[in-house]
Amino acid sequence: MPLLAVNDLRTYFHTRNGVHRAVDGVSFALEKGETVGIVGESGSGKSVTCYSIMGLVPQPPGRIESGTAMFDGIDLLRCPPRVARSIRGRRLAMIFQDPMTSLNPYLRISEQLIEPLIIHEKISKAAALRRGQEMLEAVGINDAAKRLHHYPHEFSGGMRQRVMIATALITRPELLIADEPTTALDVTVQAQILELIRRLQREFGMAVIFITHDLGVVSGLCDRVLVMYAGRIVESGDVRTIFYQPRHPYTRALQRSIPSTQPKGAELFTIPGLPPDLSRLPAGCAFAPRCESATDLCRRQDPALRELAPGHATACLRVQAGEI
Amino acid sequence: MSDPILELKNVKTHFPVHRGLVFRRQVGTVKAVDGVSLAVQQGEVLGLVGESGCGKSTLARTILQLVPATEGTIVLAGRNLTAASAAEVKASRRALQMVFQDPYASLNPRMTVFAALAEPMLVHKICARAEVAGRVAELMKKVGLAPRFMKKYPHEFSGGQRQRIAVARALALQPKVIIADEPVSALDVSVQAQILNLLAQLVREMDLSLIFIAHDLSVVKHISDRIAVMYLGKIVELGRAADVIERPRHPYTRALVSAIPTPDPDAERARHRIVLAGDPPSPLNPPAGCAFHPRCRYAEEKCKAAVPPLERIADGREVACIRVEEIAGGGTA
Ligand SMILES: Nc1ncnc2c1ncn2[C@@H]1O[C@H](COP(=O)(O)OP(=O)(O)OP(=O)(O)O)[C@@H](O)[C@H]1O
Ligand SMILES: Nc1ncnc2c1ncn2[C@@H]1O[C@H](COP(=O)(O)OP(=O)(O)OP(=O)(O)O)[C@@H](O)[C@H]1O
Ligand code: SF4
Ligand SMILES: [Mg+2]
Ligand SMILES: [Mg+2]
Repeated sequence: MPLLAVNDLRTYFHTRNGVHRAVDGVSFALEKGETVGIVGESGSGKSVTCYSIMGLVPQPPGRIESGTAMFDGIDLLRCPPRVARSIRGRRLAMIFQDPMTSLNPYLRISEQLIEPLIIHEKISKAAALRRGQEMLEAVGINDAAKRLHHYPHEFSGGMRQRVMIATALITRPELLIADEPTTALDVTVQAQILELIRRLQREFGMAVIFITHDLGVVSGLCDRVLVMYAGRIVESGDVRTIFYQPRHPYTRALQRSIPSTQPKGAELFTIPGLPPDLSRLPAGCAFAPRCESATDLCRRQDPALRELAPGHATACLRVQAGEI
Repeated sequence: MSDPILELKNVKTHFPVHRGLVFRRQVGTVKAVDGVSLAVQQGEVLGLVGESGCGKSTLARTILQLVPATEGTIVLAGRNLTAASAAEVKASRRALQMVFQDPYASLNPRMTVFAALAEPMLVHKICARAEVAGRVAELMKKVGLAPRFMKKYPHEFSGGQRQRIAVARALALQPKVIIADEPVSALDVSVQAQILNLLAQLVREMDLSLIFIAHDLSVVKHISDRIAVMYLGKIVELGRAADVIERPRHPYTRALVSAIPTPDPDAERARHRIVLAGDPPSPLNPPAGCAFHPRCRYAEEKCKAAVPPLERIADGREVACIRVEEIAGGGTA
């Protein structure tokens, strides 16, 4: 049984301008210890997918319209709130791009670190503080015994990010969801954080969902990749397949638009047109208006995500028909 | 080589740091830019990279005369801006324009595209009032926007389109040099590609010089002719883009380059990465000697003694490391 199985998740936002289908039928599974990357255009529903799993979608305007998210056999979207809270506080953890969204500026790091331990594990404060110090050391904060009692503003950006990771990992979660945790950091600090996530993953056997725009980060960190477009997964597969044999026209376009895959100075490939308006999705394939390979059929028929080979799936009619 | 369009000699920008509310006293100095010398040729793209806080934006703002240089000279098209009168600086400023990271913040939300582009032309009397509409349409076409959107407001455009408007606004005064501070960092990959193509095309067609600041080294390498690497207010390596990224010589550049993730799973897993220990030091209290020495794997006692000068090495690039010849070879490993 996979650790997490998301099935047909639909999360819509009901706004004055209509219904935004932010996540529109997403299914994927994650094994213990596995790392899955989620990539895709801004607004394609990467964050909302994860917020839905974590119970962080603001409702209203958001609403989970359908679907299940089975974590170790329990549906997080439907189980009693008390059960969901306990799982989300202890066995799942999420980190964000801006550490200040999850650190309280008015509380010492020590208190923020040990809070989940006191709530969920009911251990003594002294024991919790010891764990807190160990965790700070594990994320590479020197002088942890002293640093434990500092406030968030007393740390640099990269250190704050590591402190946030420490607070997320202190309960030894089985699944870490990381939403662009290194996007705002320098590449040298990013390398430290990625190394840290890899190490903790080896040590704790934790599974990771990693959202990023950076295909380079995905290629080094992830076992599998989900490519999202307009609220759906349009391609999924193991990392080598996605990078060396991408099939969906969006995945291929995305890859050709990054400078490091192109000869220096060459004109970069650009995807024509604009991302779709999620409240007025066109009939047929959502990518069709921007797709080089679109046919009339693509503009009428909605492609389903289908396996091309074991573990490699794509939602493109023409790929499925063997035409491209 | 012809005279450079822009030349910096030993430019320093220091900020006093004060403490105390009533009795303010200076407790230190942030040496945000600390002795930068470089020259930019007409039509050249110079990439500027380095860790957050190393002084890239401050250098840009100093060149633009938005903050005064503490020391040194900045010569633009033969005119020394640091010694010029206010009126002369104002006139020269036209030749220097800036594009910022955040197109949302750099455009006035209450101005239509037309107003945003017409305003600088009218203020600087670039053309007669009657010609403005034609010039605005021309500028919009140049950056790939349909002139029929002239009457729209910034919020009606996507992020990439707004960045095009910001570029058009910078072009309105027919500058010689554009400084772009992280112009694509806030954009999606596919939109980033559009803006990079646009900037490269404008440089080519208009013989502009561009100083391009960014975090993403693969982006900088793609667009730049030369790259300058900064560390704590100083340039530590300066050379041809491919040399600096493919064969970095300064230990900091080596670590920086080895940290760039490449979108190639096999290569990415096979490579050796130099993970720098510790955080960048504070510019309030920079380490003695070579500022990089506390994090440098090649540091020796002598590195702590004096600030290494930026010196030309055999292949023509400049490197500020006294051990550069001893630690030659080895690539990024
Ligand atoms: N609170 C909200 N109210 C209304 N719409 C929302 C809300 N939150 C998200 N959305 C919409 O849901 C869609 C998906 O957003 P999401 O944040 O998941 O995108 P993303 O893929 O994470 O993008 P990015 O790469 O920019 O972070 C977007 O169109 C967004 O506008
Ligand atoms: N007006 C100011 N007063 C005092 N210190 C300043 C001022 N402006 C910048 N600094 C300091 O100067 C140093 C260099 O800052 P700068 O913004 O130039 O860095 P940067 O290289 O652009 O960084 P980033 O990549 O994060 O944009 C920093 O330590 C910053 O805190
Ligand atoms: S001068 Fe010394 S400390 Fe500085 S980069 Fe070179 S080897 Fe390292
Ligand atoms: Mg997001
Ligand atoms: Mg800056």
